Amino acid sequence: MRKLFPVLAAVTAIVFATTPFLIANAPYESTMLLIQKIFYYHVPSWVAMYCGLGVCAVGSVLYLFKDSRAGDRYAEAAAELIVVFAGNGLISGPLWARKAWGVWWQWDARLTIALLVWLIFVAYLMVRKYGGPGSEKLAAAVGIFGAAVSPFLYFSVTIWRTIHPPTSVVPDIIENPKGMAAPLLVSMLAFVLLFVLLLNLRVRLAERQDALDDLYLTLED
Amino acid sequence: MIRRFAIAFTSLLLLAAPVFAQPPAGQSEFVPVNGIPENEKLPAAPLLVVAYAVFLVLMVGYVWTVWRRLSKVEAEMHALEQRTMKGGR
Repeated sequence: MRKLFPVLAAVTAIVFATTPFLIANAPYESTMLLIQKIFYYHVPSWVAMYCGLGVCAVGSVLYLFKDSRAGDRYAEAAAELIVVFAGNGLISGPLWARKAWGVWWQWDARLTIALLVWLIFVAYLMVRKYGGPGSEKLAAAVGIFGAAVSPFLYFSVTIWRTIHPPTSVVPDIIENPKGMAAPLLVSMLAFVLLFVLLLNLRVRLAERQDALDDLYLTLED
Repeated sequence: MIRRFAIAFTSLLLLAAPVFAQPPAGQSEFVPVNGIPENEKLPAAPLLVVAYAVFLVLMVGYVWTVWRRLSKVEAEMHALEQRTMKGGR
């Protein structure tokens, strides 16, 4: 993977470089007009966050039940990226809402659960940093719990009546291209590539931290 | 008695109304439009620019923190290896 890293970085940079042109040329939405263009970075940011939830859940399960250190490294890296991408979504959302709804924030089901998921993963990172010895196992349980909340986040707009646009907006754009599908799909690809790139970078850091810990243990012996 | 009952019943109805009220349904599809009023473009632009700028700052900031932590670990590891080599001699 280390050899592929520069190639992946180059591909991600190229795909990201095309997104501003595609977004600029995308048609305006009839009611939201210019502000709707936040959507092209807002939705992919949550897609990357969901990728993080999947990786964190699988890594945490592997660490808890199989004692896999690699699983723990991936879970920790993914948790950090969940905080970053969900943080971006929680900032870009209110910027859109201010224009579309007239308010920065609404305590409706989708927004509240999104904030809750972000807080769970902030808690995950705090447990790892300040929990002391053995906190990795506790953090893994928090990671699984956080991932378990994700279906409620995804289906919140269909289960409860909220003012947030439903998830059907995305398949509608993809199935009925109106000039909005290309910028959305390319942005999604760019964010997923960026997620994979950052995940690898963060896992590399975790590997080196583990190697350093092992070296300290060897010296103590 | 009937008057009291009527007041209680009306109060109950008034209290129940906001409880059963539902928010308006969200927009279910995006419809493109060709003609855009000029005054509609400007107020949204700063919000849009801030949204994209925040993303850029977040990503650059995150990569910088990972890079800094990685450099710190590598430096610590190098120092430890040097100490081990000196101890071995």
